Amino acid sequence: MSNRLNVLKTCKLYIGGKFSRSESEHYFQAFDKKQKLLANLCRASRKDLRNAIQAARKVQADWGGRTAYNRGQILYRMAEMMEGRRDQFIAELECAAVSRRRAENETDAAIDRLVHYAGWTDKYSALFSSVNPVASPHFNFSIPEPTGVVGIAAPDDYPLVGLISLIAPVIAGGNTCVVLSSEKYGSVACTLAEVIHSSDVPGGVVNVLTGFRADLVPPLATHMDVNAVLSAADDPEQKKNIQENAHINVKRVHLYDGTDWMKDESQSPYYIMDFQEIKTTWHPVGT
Amino acid sequence: MLPDFNQTVPIDQIGVEERVARFRTRSIKKESKLFALKLALRMVDLTTLEGMDSPGKVRQLCYKALYPHKIDPDIPRVAAICVYPNRVRLAVEILKGSGIHVASVATSFPSGMGTMESRIDEVKYAVDEGADEIDMVISRWAFLKGDYSYVFDEIAMIKEACGPAHLKVILETGELETYENVRKASDIAMYAGADFIKTSTGKISPAATMPVTLVMLYAIRDYYLKTGNKIGMKPAGGIRDAKTALHYLAMVKETLGADWLDPDLFRFGASSLANDLLMQIIKQKTGHYQSPDYFSIG
Repeated sequence: MSNRLNVLKTCKLYIGGKFSRSESEHYFQAFDKKQKLLANLCRASRKDLRNAIQAARKVQADWGGRTAYNRGQILYRMAEMMEGRRDQFIAELECAAVSRRRAENETDAAIDRLVHYAGWTDKYSALFSSVNPVASPHFNFSIPEPTGVVGIAAPDDYPLVGLISLIAPVIAGGNTCVVLSSEKYGSVACTLAEVIHSSDVPGGVVNVLTGFRADLVPPLATHMDVNAVLSAADDPEQKKNIQENAHINVKRVHLYDGTDWMKDESQSPYYIMDFQEIKTTWHPVGT
Repeated sequence: MLPDFNQTVPIDQIGVEERVARFRTRSIKKESKLFALKLALRMVDLTTLEGMDSPGKVRQLCYKALYPHKIDPDIPRVAAICVYPNRVRLAVEILKGSGIHVASVATSFPSGMGTMESRIDEVKYAVDEGADEIDMVISRWAFLKGDYSYVFDEIAMIKEACGPAHLKVILETGELETYENVRKASDIAMYAGADFIKTSTGKISPAATMPVTLVMLYAIRDYYLKTGNKIGMKPAGGIRDAKTALHYLAMVKETLGADWLDPDLFRFGASSLANDLLMQIIKQKTGHYQSPDYFSIG
């Protein structure tokens, strides 16, 4: 019988490329599927959210300005890092929520989804750009550009593949994001943050907050420096709140309802296009 | 009766830094916060001191001073605009009747390495153009080699050249090396006739820091207790966010008392601070976090 004490991980928030505790010092408990205490998670406050949004804003121009090729490399690197931690993700999913088999399927689907969007980074722009016929001596063309800073409320089902399916297309398109993890599966989000941290994603591109969505959705929806909100959380009250408050600075809002994130149909470049703005340029040409 | 400037007033460095660390933990909330933010905004010297200051740039800054926010009329204006002497006339024309002061740096800003004649002429030029506040720099080279009477005399001469204009004396604390030197330079400036003492030009790093400002505030307090004259304080450079500004206000209040919580006795030399204060004021009123996208540059 060994006397060794287990060294347990402190789950922290991931803001601006750093793992930090909540400035409020508040915590909440997360339970596994047998209702046993799984972990104490940071309960992010409004100020943590503000800091995360500031961090996301700070790096958005740099991230959006990188070559599509480079963003693709980095997303692929994320997939590599996840593959290395495959067993850990399976164990965590199994402990938190699902059967062994489903945990394996979900982890594999999550990794494959990253590869899918890594491939799209340098292709969607060509697909959705256009050269437009105009009745004047102009070369007229339209191209997609990133929306900016996106707030993401994660779904409560599909703790891993759901999360990846929301984050990947948003950052593939050159946006930065602040993720409000599912309340039930915050620990999976924490581990995903470690993967992001170790995979060449610049600090601040993805920020992960654990906590109560009820605390965080209202200040996210009213924040003037957030350009878009994406919610896949099944909570009509919060969705209403997002839609009502989005008008203040005309945020782009997308609500994904009841999507089965395990399916292959749940990945497509149209998810990237949900957070792109089309810019049209009129360039004079000689007559 | 002048003190002997060769005597050094010892400064407890650890004590100063610990005191400052306490001010940094202060949290001011709700109505008090709104009050403090508005007060801080009224204390801002909106500054542009670049070689690229075109008339258009200065005009834009003046409009920013006149109309800080497009909707809310309750938001106060800044205390002054601070520009180079050749932009004073333009600023005076635009700000006429608004109550916003026009400050001009002079005396071979930022180095102070001009001849005494040219430095005095520059002050007279700025005053003639309409500046009612002059920000001068001291000769750090003279101060650092111990020629305190040179520094004293130059300040006194420039004070005379200012006429009715207020004189702010920039110590450039980033070049003075020790807190004892900051204290000594403050004393020299005040006894030589400064209306304000100011930390920095903003061209040298470090610019204004809280410990340096605290040392200068103590100098002002001692001078007030000895002579009964209230000297103003202006930290300048490096103060970019509202939170830091509020920490400064707490420090001023608790070192010198509420009398100094007044734009006539305390100023911030800053450019980006004004927008952060505006954003925090609007945040306080609406409850929504703000974005710089919706605030004019200036």
